[in-house]
Amino acid sequence: MFLNDMMDEAIVQASVDTLHAGALEGGAHGEKNLFTELLHHVRDSRELEVPFLGHIELPQFPPFEIVGITVDMSITKHVFFLWVAALILCTLAITAARKNRNNVVPTGFGNLMEILVVFIRDQVVVPNMGPKGIKYMPYLLTTFFFILIMNLLGLVPFGASATGNVSTTAGLAIIAFIMIQVAAIRTHGLGHYLAHLTGGVHWALWPIMVPIEILGLFTKPFALCIRLFANMTAGHIVIVSLIGLIFVFGSYFVAIAPVGFVLGINLLEIFVAVLQAYIFTILTAMFMGLGMQLESHNET
Amino acid sequence: MDSVGLGYLAAGIGAALAVIGGGLGIGKLAAAAMEASGRQPEVAGQVRTSMIIAAALIEGVTFFALAICIILATK
Repeated sequence: MFLNDMMDEAIVQASVDTLHAGALEGGAHGEKNLFTELLHHVRDSRELEVPFLGHIELPQFPPFEIVGITVDMSITKHVFFLWVAALILCTLAITAARKNRNNVVPTGFGNLMEILVVFIRDQVVVPNMGPKGIKYMPYLLTTFFFILIMNLLGLVPFGASATGNVSTTAGLAIIAFIMIQVAAIRTHGLGHYLAHLTGGVHWALWPIMVPIEILGLFTKPFALCIRLFANMTAGHIVIVSLIGLIFVFGSYFVAIAPVGFVLGINLLEIFVAVLQAYIFTILTAMFMGLGMQLESHNET
Repeated sequence: MDSVGLGYLAAGIGAALAVIGGGLGIGKLAAAAMEASGRQPEVAGQVRTSMIIAAALIEGVTFFALAICIILATK
């Protein structure tokens, strides 16, 4: 919660500063409000934008305290789109499963989903985790499709990408962290897993080695979390900055260039949305695979 | 120059350095991958996969640095 607020404030502040400097050179004062207005599309908010209806307030709950930590369970825009993504994912997956159950050779939409599932199995899971990794397929497939849908929802008009919020990615990274440890423990047993934390060195070096190994366990999911968040937020901020150029110069003639650029960036964003979902999945699979092959990993 | 100004300067220089490092890393990686798939087109798929993974790792480190710069610029 705290990290989220901090990053959120930091990014919005940085962007406001950048654009504000431009606006002051541009002259007029009313433009600064437009920037703040624009930036609110990037950050999380407590209201939803709906076409033709304007803004809709989302239900809010008063914050409460658990062991000294203030918890605010209010529904925000990103939470809403997280649920939308989950709903879409359930609908797609169940429809595809129903269609594929009856026919041996899938057609149409069932075929499309099967291509993606087979791609994850043959290109991501088996090369990184071996045939033993097949039983972790449900988790990896869910991660891939969930992140993909969340990323793509940010490109839909009036939508927002929940992955552009560090809390969402942190949640996904925590699940990845648990799954990585579970995969390692289930393959080798708790004893071997703990023995691996010593790095196989002389016991006199354990005070140095064990903290480093434990730190290594946490950096992997932390990197996953920051990578996804930064990639999604960076794309949105680039688009806002380019659109902001129109307001900096305050002229219709300038609009031609930024709109062209934004179209290009938007197309790039579609690619980035798919790529980041793929990277999150393949890195999770790789880290799980590393944990599952501790023995051979140490020998070679 | 006061401490706030120095903070902005540090954030700017830090972001630039981080981007130089990341760009250099991904550039060298892409060059090597192109060369490898040019020499052996039959393993181009595998080379591409490992290139994307390595690029993601380099990018992750760069993002750590950039996040520090953003926090520094807004202190």
